Amino acid sequence: MPARDNRRPAYISRSSLQTLLDRLVSAGYACLGPTAKDGAIQYQPINNLNQLPRGLRNDQEPGHYRLRQADDERLFAWNHGPQVLKPLCFAPQEVVWQERQTESGMSVKQSMPATKPTAVIGVRACDLAALKIQDQHFMRKDSTDPHYQARRDQLLLIGVDCAESAQTCFCASTGDGPALDGGFDIGLAELADGFLIWTASARGTPWIEELDQQPATDDQLAEMLQATENAAAGQSRHLPNEKKLTQLYQRLGHSRWLDLSKRCLSCGNCTSVCPTCFCYSYEHHTAITGDSAEVVRSWDSCFSATHSEMGSFQVRSGIDQRYRQWATHKLAGWQEQFGRSGCVGCGRCISWCPVGIDLTEEVQVILNEGSRDV
Amino acid sequence: MFDPHVPHLAIIDKRVQESPTIFSLRLQYEDTDRQEAFEFAPGQFNMVSLFGVGEVAISIVNDPEDSHFFDHTIRVVGRVTKGLEKLQPGDRVGIRGPFGRGWPIDEAMGQDVLLVTGGLGCAPLVSVIRYLLRRRDHFGHIHILQGVKHADDLIWREQYEAWSKDHGVNVLLAADVASRDWPWQQGLVTELINQVNLRLERTITMLCGPEMMMLAAIAQLRELGLADHKIWLSMERNMHCGYGQCGHCQVGPHFVCKDGPVFCYSELADFFGAKGF
Repeated sequence: MPARDNRRPAYISRSSLQTLLDRLVSAGYACLGPTAKDGAIQYQPINNLNQLPRGLRNDQEPGHYRLRQADDERLFAWNHGPQVLKPLCFAPQEVVWQERQTESGMSVKQSMPATKPTAVIGVRACDLAALKIQDQHFMRKDSTDPHYQARRDQLLLIGVDCAESAQTCFCASTGDGPALDGGFDIGLAELADGFLIWTASARGTPWIEELDQQPATDDQLAEMLQATENAAAGQSRHLPNEKKLTQLYQRLGHSRWLDLSKRCLSCGNCTSVCPTCFCYSYEHHTAITGDSAEVVRSWDSCFSATHSEMGSFQVRSGIDQRYRQWATHKLAGWQEQFGRSGCVGCGRCISWCPVGIDLTEEVQVILNEGSRDV
Repeated sequence: MFDPHVPHLAIIDKRVQESPTIFSLRLQYEDTDRQEAFEFAPGQFNMVSLFGVGEVAISIVNDPEDSHFFDHTIRVVGRVTKGLEKLQPGDRVGIRGPFGRGWPIDEAMGQDVLLVTGGLGCAPLVSVIRYLLRRRDHFGHIHILQGVKHADDLIWREQYEAWSKDHGVNVLLAADVASRDWPWQQGLVTELINQVNLRLERTITMLCGPEMMMLAAIAQLRELGLADHKIWLSMERNMHCGYGQCGHCQVGPHFVCKDGPVFCYSELADFFGAKGF
């Protein structure tokens, strides 16, 4: 899909991006950027462009993720690693309140996170779409999560168009990429030699004003548009449209769920790498002295045995029931809750599934191969 | 005043042992302003936390007009409820709430109300029965159908006997396993539905209990010709946050803690009874 936002980009050289980085660092920002770590793209604190994955590509297939060195200078020619934005606002584990036993019984104190301005460089369209959904969930009008909000308010997001797609990407079919389309502060499109750059929010504008910019040429603009068109055209996977996805609720008895339960390990990798999954649980961690406790909120997964625990039984004891819960919620239930499907087409659940289950394939079978009710 | 994210302390004013495994706590917020401002509807619940152990979702069973306290009736099932059982007057618990949507009181105004419950004294339904009976003139006939497994499981027996003496109140009880002093029916609670002379056009139904029981009751009520939108039920699921964020309690697109726990059957018809959903 071509660029859809009203961007008015200017050209900067690769080294000008270092200037932007320097300015952010000296203004006190923690800068997170993509690095190659443990064989995958991971976001780490950076202060120099040399730390970025120069020339790296990602090969992604069901149950497969490898980085490969190409012979060029591109810094953003990969798509994504296991995660980007979700842990930055929705912490994998954090203390939400502390309890202390006192003479008269107990006292309770809310525990708030220490935050600092954080710039994230190289964010993709799919992850921005996912963040928008997480914002909807955690910053609901009637109940805004104070921990999420405190972190979210500190983010400065520097997005980049995807010029290529991984084999597992299907964002074109969900309408969430590969071109940036809102939700970021500064946009980048990587060219063979440098970048096109533009601002997309008042917050982003001051940071690029003093960079050494040149007007974008027609050739550069064409290169930018062609890149995302190629990336979209290169995607072979897709999800059916949202209306069709709601029919999953009519397929609760489909035999494919049982078939899935023979392959799925119920490990929860898919929910950990999913940029929109939001389940969490509370646990009381009591000090060994017995007089104080921390209530810890941690990411939970609908694939865990305790997720549906009712004291004396589990609502979803079978793996077929857990996969069905995840898929029907993500693709159908989400539409009623948030006005759109919960899938942004990043394909992480496919790449990081240890047995290579492909959500797009399972959904097509369940929706298209008769009802095959059991 | 409503702050769903952190518990506020409440003191146990009174403790009543209702049965060997069921007890009630009368609570007051330590902060009197918070207690005065505390408002809830029958069918809503609080997250009750025990120091250092955990939190559980428990229905509020007293009348909303009681502004100086609130009551919880708790059955001992897991770690937290086992711990709560040991607390005595003067001890403190943490409270977050009230959460959720309660019973459809407005829709029930002027209607006959059929209440069907199974299991060990279904607290959410007891709260609405007390509510209806205290405002008797606003409602038509009231039918209370309660089923238990063993006759000995019935708590609040005197209360059922007292309710049955009220004008226009019909109390029918059933036990799968009756005992010698069980004056009521032996069998399933659903068998009682046929003994009620329902005025379908002006009856609203409220159900609470095991899902299999509710499923059987709903099938029977629909067969009798009761419309789906007149059937209401209280759902139970694992709950952590109480305000539709942690994801555990979802049934289809609904967060049971926020959109329920009381639902109209027509909202759940696509999913209710699907095993493991």
